Formats: sequence, C-alpha cells, structure tokens
Amino acid sequence: MLTTLVLSRVAASAAARGQRSTAVAWRNVTAARHSAYWWVLVSGFVEPLLYLLSIGVGVGALVGGFTLADGTRVSYAAYVAPAMIAASAMNGAVAETTMNFFGKMKYMRLYDSVIATPVAPFEIALGELLWALLRGAMYSVAFLVIMTAAGLTTPLRALATLPATVLVGLAFGGIGMVLGTLMRSWQDFDYIAVGQVAMFLFSGTFAPAEGYSLVPRIILELTPLYHGVALIRGLTTWSFDWSILGHVGYLVGVAWLGLSIAARRTGRMLCP
Amino acid sequence: MSEGEPLIEARRLVKRFGDFVAVDGIDVAVRAGEVFGFLGPNGAGKSSAMRMIGCISPPSGGSLRILGLDPVADGPAIRARLGVCPQRDSLDDDLTVIENLTVYARYFGLPRKIVRQRAAELLEFVRLSERALDRVEPLSGGMKRRLTIARALVNEPDIVLLDEPTTGLDPQARHLVWERLFRLKQRGVTQVITTHYMDEAEQLCDRLVVMDHGRIVAEGAPRDLIERFSTREVVELRFGDSPLESVIAKLDGVGQRLERLPDRILVYAEDGDTAAAEVQRRRLVPTSVLVRRSSLEDVFLHLTGRTLVD
Repeated sequence: MLTTLVLSRVAASAAARGQRSTAVAWRNVTAARHSAYWWVLVSGFVEPLLYLLSIGVGVGALVGGFTLADGTRVSYAAYVAPAMIAASAMNGAVAETTMNFFGKMKYMRLYDSVIATPVAPFEIALGELLWALLRGAMYSVAFLVIMTAAGLTTPLRALATLPATVLVGLAFGGIGMVLGTLMRSWQDFDYIAVGQVAMFLFSGTFAPAEGYSLVPRIILELTPLYHGVALIRGLTTWSFDWSILGHVGYLVGVAWLGLSIAARRTGRMLCP
Repeated sequence: MSEGEPLIEARRLVKRFGDFVAVDGIDVAVRAGEVFGFLGPNGAGKSSAMRMIGCISPPSGGSLRILGLDPVADGPAIRARLGVCPQRDSLDDDLTVIENLTVYARYFGLPRKIVRQRAAELLEFVRLSERALDRVEPLSGGMKRRLTIARALVNEPDIVLLDEPTTGLDPQARHLVWERLFRLKQRGVTQVITTHYMDEAEQLCDRLVVMDHGRIVAEGAPRDLIERFSTREVVELRFGDSPLESVIAKLDGVGQRLERLPDRILVYAEDGDTAAAEVQRRRLVPTSVLVRRSSLEDVFLHLTGRTLVD
C-alpha cells in the first residue's frame, strides 16, 4: 500500500519532470520554425554525405574491399559510412549543447526567465539534450535512408542502428553540456573544434584502430567516438559480438556522468 | 496555510555572496491582496530579496515561508504559483509575441487549450492583441514590458513579483503599466514590487520597506513614511552658479531641516510659504523657489543619506 503510494508519487514527479523538459525542447522546435535554422540542419546532414562520397566512394575505389574482424568482407564505403553517422551524431549533439547552449545561457539569457517557473536547471539541461537528440536523430534517419538506398546496409539493420545513433548523441550531448558550462568566451570553442576533428580523423573512422601502435591506440580507444563508431559499424554491417555491450555500457556511462555534472553546474550558474 | 497568515513571511532573512552581505537580516510580511514595495537605491539588496522570494536563490540565513511553503524544499510548487516580471526584459527574441506566452505557459504544464485562450485574454489585457503574430524584437520598450507582465500572469499566479517594472520607460508607457498593475490589484492579486522611483511607490504600494545596505531602514504606508520622516512641505531653492555652501550657512534655522543637493537646497517645513518668506527676509535671492508637497523621494533621501544638514 505504502509502496504503491510512494511509487505513484515517484511516477508523478518523473512525469512532471519529463513534461517540463519536453517544454524546454518544445521552445526550440517553435523557434526553429521561424528561422533559417533548418538550413543549418541541412548543412549538418550534407557534410558527412560529402565525406562519404569523396572518401568512401572515391578513395574506396583505390582501396577496394575490406575484411572486418569477424571475416565479413565489405566495400570501403560500407566501412566508412557508419563512422560518418557516428561523427554526425557527435557534431550535431556537440554543436547544440556547447555553442547554442552557451549562447542561450550567457548571451540571450534565455533561462533567466525559465528558472522562475517550476522548471528546474536539471530539466533545462535535459530539455536541451532532448532537442539535441532530436536534431541528431533527423540526421541519422536521413543518412540511414541513403545508406540503405545505396546498398551499404539493409532496412532492418538501419532500423536497429537508429537507437545506437541516439545513444552516441546522448553521450556527446552530456559531454557537450559540461563543456558548455565551462566555456568562458567564444574563443574556447576552438579547442572543442580541434578535439572533434581529432576524434573524427582517428577514432577508427577511416582506418581500423588496430593499425596504430599501443599508446595512441589506448588513447583513441578511450574516446567516446571510437566506441560510437564501433557500435554503429557493428550494427550496419551486422558483424558484432559480445564486445558490443562494452561499447553500449561505455556510452551510457559517459552520458550519465556528463548529464549529472552538467545538471549540477547549470544549477549553480543559474541559481547563485 | 491558515486564514490571515501572510503569503510571504521572512524572518532575519540573509543573503551572502562570499564575504559580501547583500541582504542583512530583514523581516517582511506580505498579506494577501496587498501591494508591497521594496524601495531603495541600486545595490540596497532589493533584487537579492526578490530572487529569494522567487525561489531561484537559496537564503543564506534566517527563515522564509512563501504561501506557507519552504522555498528550498518546495521550490517548484511555489514557483508554479508565482508570476515573475524581471528587471531586464527576458523575452525570447526568436519567438512571436503570442508564442512568448504559449511557450512559457508550457513550463507550468498548462493544457494547450487553456493556454491558447489565456494567451489571447492576456494580450487583450496588456493591449498587444494586434501584435500577436509579430516578432518581439521590433516592439517598443513599453510594449516589451507589458508583454513581460502578461507572461508573468500566464499561470494565474497568487503573487506577482515585479522587479523595477517601469525602469527605462517613457512617461506614457509608465502610466499604462501603472494602470494595468492597478487593475491587477483590483482583482485581488498580491504584488511585490521593487523600485527606486518614489512616485511609483506612492502610486502603487499599500505598504513598503525602504532598504539600504541590505537592511530595512523604514517600513510603513507611503503617507505614514512621509509624515514620519519628512515634513508636510518642501521648498526647493536654486541659486544659479553661486556656491551653495555660503548660502546654506545663512539659511540656518529656516524650516525644520535643510538638505544640500548638488544643484539646489531643500528646506523641509510644515508651511512652505512661510519658509520661503523667511528666505526673502534674510535677503537671499534664489534664482527659483518651488514650494511642493513632500514625497517619498524626500523620505528616501533622509533615510538613505546624502549629506544632511540639520
């Protein structure tokens, strides 16, 4: 009886939290409808597509086929494409949670009026992340459709891949939000950009991580993008084993850690 | 919450930022239906007090109850029943006028149907119906402030907090805001206002506290404060370019109290005309003499202290 009461109360407060976070995300959807924002979204989708065409297809013609760890033989384009999805999930989530979050907090002072409502700083962070995921998921869907059409994966595999891309977005959104609260000025974003490019080039995107010597390999296996690429490639090429759970666990952990740190930091910044 | 219990009750309330004490032990009780004012110069602690009442800044000491609840434990529940009009218009420039209300209403979890109807009513109330679909950015300062007030009312709050509601507005815009706030008061909405405008406090507030350096230096109805801390009338004397130090010595004993401002001398007196005649009798030739009723401004100057000459 008591447990039912407690549980229903917990459920009610979780529902209220969810509703308030959705309201924060909804603000962004409403704002996006008015602006040139949709073009920004389109550009975020075109970029990985260009990489796929130039490197996956262009360079791929020189490389020829590729044998995965489990012996599956795939074209180079099929090898690179999943990495492009992972990278675009990263870029979308990071852009939304660092640059845009920082701008809304520091320059537009958007949240000053939001914290006067029942919405808590944690729910603002969650709502922004939700929006970042929504944006990332749109990229992923579009890209998976193209991959399927080009025969780089199958419809069922694409369907299974979509939640994984959301998880990658969640992990990078969590990290991005922490970084967003640490930024002092726009210059600091250059450091983030360098980090993103480094991960984009070396996280097993264009060549397997096994090719590097021990120390760089350990470093790159610690980056979240490495795990994101491995997870998504495993799914689009359907060549995974139990180690895939390790990648999932790693990304879940990063997302959870990032979100809880970000929640504490936004709380302290908005409600001194 | 029992009948007659104050909606807001602060006892020995303190806010510290590091070593700086912004609010230094204030006692405040605001009753239902009342318009209560925090009056004071910049940096007096008004806004810090407001932020604590708005449950977005935890108190550093003392006790605070709002609507019978504890702001630290029940923040969201209290904020659901507050309407906040911040000092700086924090409207969302990416949204239209009406979306500023509808998006905000969702933060309170209000159902969509109610939101649409209420937004239309509120735009009517602040006379912005024609601008409903416009972007916010090109609106005038007065319109933006009215929209901010409308936004603060979207959840039909029990208490509305207004932080300097008319700062930066031209006189016409200011009067329109005052008139709307008076309407709210007639509807029985409790309001807490901060201001450093004396006329605003006199116009709007039933009761107010004057704050200086984080403390309350006076409390009462505007008229009471004027009676207690000023005289019935004030004579303003200007002397062109002549140095006021030499003049003020000759005014000794005129009226009840003298005060020298950079450009003029104020003579506080029960009867302004008699005091003005006395100035003439002493062969002083001011460039202008103005006899007026004393206002909260005079109380304020007296309490928050510029150089006083008794």
